[in-house]
Amino acid sequence: MSKPIIEIQGVGKRYRIGATKEPYLSLRDEVAKWFSPAARRARAAEEQFWALRDVSFSVEPGEAIGIIGRNGAGKSTLLKILSQITPPTEGKITMRGRVGSLLEVGTGFHPELTGRENIYMNGAILGMSRREIARKFDEIVVFAEMEKFLDTPAKRYSSGMYVRLAFAVAAHLEPEILVIDEVLAVGDMEFRKKCLGKMQDVSQVGRTVLFVSHDMGNISNLCSRTIWLDSGSIRALGDTKDVISQYVSSGAHLGGEINWADIESAPGNDKVRLKAVRIMSNGHATVDVMIDSEVRIEVDYWNLQDGAVLLSNVHLWDKMNALVLASANMPSASLSVDPWAEKPRPKGLYRTVCVIPANFLNSENYSIGVGIQNGRLEWQAWEQNLLAFMVHETGEMKKEYMGAWGGVVRPKFVWSTVCLNGENLD
Amino acid sequence: MRAGRASDGVAKPRSLTGVFEKRMSQPKDFVIAPPTRFISVNWAELWRYRDLFLVFAWRDISVRYKQTLLGVLWAIFQPLITMVIFTFIFNGVAKIESGDGSPYPIFLYVGLLLWQYFSGTLTNASNSMVANAGIIQKVYFPRLIIPASTAVTGLVDLAVASVVLIGMMVYYGYCPCLAGVLILPLLLMIAVLASLGVGLFLASLNIKFRDVRHALPFVIQIMMYVTPVIYPVSMLDNHPVVKTLMLWLNPISGVISNARAGLLGTAPVDWGVLAISAFTSVLLFFFGLYYFRATERYFADII
Repeated sequence: MSKPIIEIQGVGKRYRIGATKEPYLSLRDEVAKWFSPAARRARAAEEQFWALRDVSFSVEPGEAIGIIGRNGAGKSTLLKILSQITPPTEGKITMRGRVGSLLEVGTGFHPELTGRENIYMNGAILGMSRREIARKFDEIVVFAEMEKFLDTPAKRYSSGMYVRLAFAVAAHLEPEILVIDEVLAVGDMEFRKKCLGKMQDVSQVGRTVLFVSHDMGNISNLCSRTIWLDSGSIRALGDTKDVISQYVSSGAHLGGEINWADIESAPGNDKVRLKAVRIMSNGHATVDVMIDSEVRIEVDYWNLQDGAVLLSNVHLWDKMNALVLASANMPSASLSVDPWAEKPRPKGLYRTVCVIPANFLNSENYSIGVGIQNGRLEWQAWEQNLLAFMVHETGEMKKEYMGAWGGVVRPKFVWSTVCLNGENLD
Repeated sequence: MRAGRASDGVAKPRSLTGVFEKRMSQPKDFVIAPPTRFISVNWAELWRYRDLFLVFAWRDISVRYKQTLLGVLWAIFQPLITMVIFTFIFNGVAKIESGDGSPYPIFLYVGLLLWQYFSGTLTNASNSMVANAGIIQKVYFPRLIIPASTAVTGLVDLAVASVVLIGMMVYYGYCPCLAGVLILPLLLMIAVLASLGVGLFLASLNIKFRDVRHALPFVIQIMMYVTPVIYPVSMLDNHPVVKTLMLWLNPISGVISNARAGLLGTAPVDWGVLAISAFTSVLLFFFGLYYFRATERYFADII
C-alpha cells in the first residue's frame, strides 16, 4: 500500500496556564511584572500544562478516523495542530495531501453580506478557489435549499437557514484530508443526515476524514478506526467498535462523577468525609448537559458524628473562573424544604441533591465545587474544581435570535408589555 | 419534504471524482513541526491563497458601505470636507501658502489624499488581526493576507477620492508632466510598503497588547503635523535638522512632496528624496514583515 497520508510522530502541545487566565495583556501589566518581585515570582510559578503529549499514529489514504474522549482530553488541540492553526511544541506531522478543516460551521460568515456573497466568502476561507466555488455554486444553493434567499443579508436569516447554508458550503469541500470538529452537533436532524450522507459519499471516493464527536452513533457510522484520547495522550486506538465499547464501559464518556473509594483519604475531616460527587442529567452522570434539561448535582458524604447539624454547598464557576453562583440547602436559600436541614443527624451516609433548573445556564463550560459545613458554618469539607460540565445548545432560544447569548447565565424570565396611553389602537 | 430530497446533493459525485483524482496525482507533502528560529516568507503559499486575499479585500469594501445612504460617496466627502475646513483655517486664517505658486486647495488635497491613504491603511492593518480573531482561531491560511488586504481596500477609497482631484486639476488648469504620471505607481508603492510595514508590526503587537488600539489614533493625529500635508516642506528650510529627520524617518513626506511636484508640475521630481523614501519604506516593510512572521505562530493561542 502507499505511504500513509498523515503521519503523526510524538506530537505534544504545551500551554501556560497563566496565559489562559488573562485573555489579553496590557502593556502596563507587563511592565509591572518586570518591576514587582511578587509578580515576577507569580510569573515563574505559572504552571505549564501539556494539552497533548506523545501522540503518534498514522492514517492511510481514504480512511475515516474517529476521535473520542472527554472534554479537555486534547481532541480540539489535536485538530488545531492538524489544521495548522497552532504549532505543536514538539513532534512532527507529515501530511501528504491538501487539508481542509471544519472546526466551526460558517467561519467568516458576515451578517451584512448576502447569502450569495457569504458562499464565496466562506468557501474562500475554507480553501476553495473562486473558480471552484463558481463551479459548485448552484449545487451548494440547491443543497442548502436556499434558492429564494440568495440575495438576502445573512443577518435576516433564521438560525436554521444560517446553519444550512454554512453546512452546504462545507459539505462541498474537496480536500484529500478533511478535519471535522463536532460541528455536526448543530442544525436539524434531517439536514445533519443529509450532510453526513454527502461526506460519507465522498469518503468512499477516497477522502481521508478525521472526525471528532461526542456522538458515538455518528462515529461508528462514519469511521472505521477510532482513537480515544485521555488527558492528552492516546488511551486506545483501533477498530471503532472495540474502542467505543472500551470507552463506554470505562464510563469515561459519562465522566460527570468522582468517587472516593477510600474513606481515609477522601476530602473532609474526622467529622465529615465526601464519598462521591456527580453531575446528573436525564438520569445519568455526564459532562454534557443540554440547555433545556435540568442539572442535578449530587453530593454523597459520610457523617461520622452523631447529632451533627450539616449544611451542603454548591458553587459554580464559569470558564474564566468567575464565580457564577453559590447555593446552600439552608431553608432561607432554597425553594424546597430539605428534611435534614438544621436537624441533628445520626451517623451515616447522606446524599444531598441540588437541582439547577433547565434553561438557566448559558451554553458554556462550568466547573463545580462542593462543600459541607457544620451548624456553626465551619467548613468540614471544601473542594473546588471537582468536575466540569458543558452546557450544549439545542436550538432552544435560538428561534428568533440566532447569535450568541451573552452572559454567564441565560435564564428565561417573565416578560410583559402593556400599552400605557389607554387607547385602543384598532 | 426535505427528507424526500435528501439525496439531491449527493447525486453527482462524478465531477467530484474527477477533480479529486487530478489532485491525488500531485500530492503536496508538507510537514507540521514546532517553529524554528529561522523565519522566512512562503511566497508560493501566499500566491496560492491569492483568491482569499481578494475576497478579504472585497469583503471589507463591500461591508463598509452596506446600509449607508451615501455609500461610496463617503470616500469623497471625508477628504473634501477636510480640505474645505483646513483651507479656511490654515490658508485663510493662519496664512500658510503652498510655497510653489499652486492654489492652496489643490496643494492641500494632494497631500490629504496620500495622508489619508497612509493613516487609513495603517489603522485598518493594525486592527485587522484582532477584528478577524474568530477566523484566525478556526481556519489556517497565511495570516499576512489579512493586514495585506487592507492596503487594497484603501486604494479603492483613494481612487474614488481622486475623482475630485481630477476635477480640481481641470478647474485650476493643471496638467501633470509625463514624469509626474510615470512616478505615480512608484509613489503608491512606497505608500503601500510604508503603511504595511508599520501596520504589520502594530497588528501583531496589538494581539498581545491591546494598548495599540488606544495609542494609535493619538499617534496618527500627531504624525499628520510632522508630515507636509498642510504646509510645504520648504517651510522647514530654517530648521535643517527637523527637515532631514522628517525626510529620512517619514517616507510619506517624500511621497507627498513628489506627488505635488509631479501632478501639478510646479517643481521637478526630486529623485534623491524619492530614493530616500523608497529606502525607508522598504526597510519599514521588511521590519514589519519579519516581526509579524516571528510572532504569527502564536496568534491563535493568545488572541
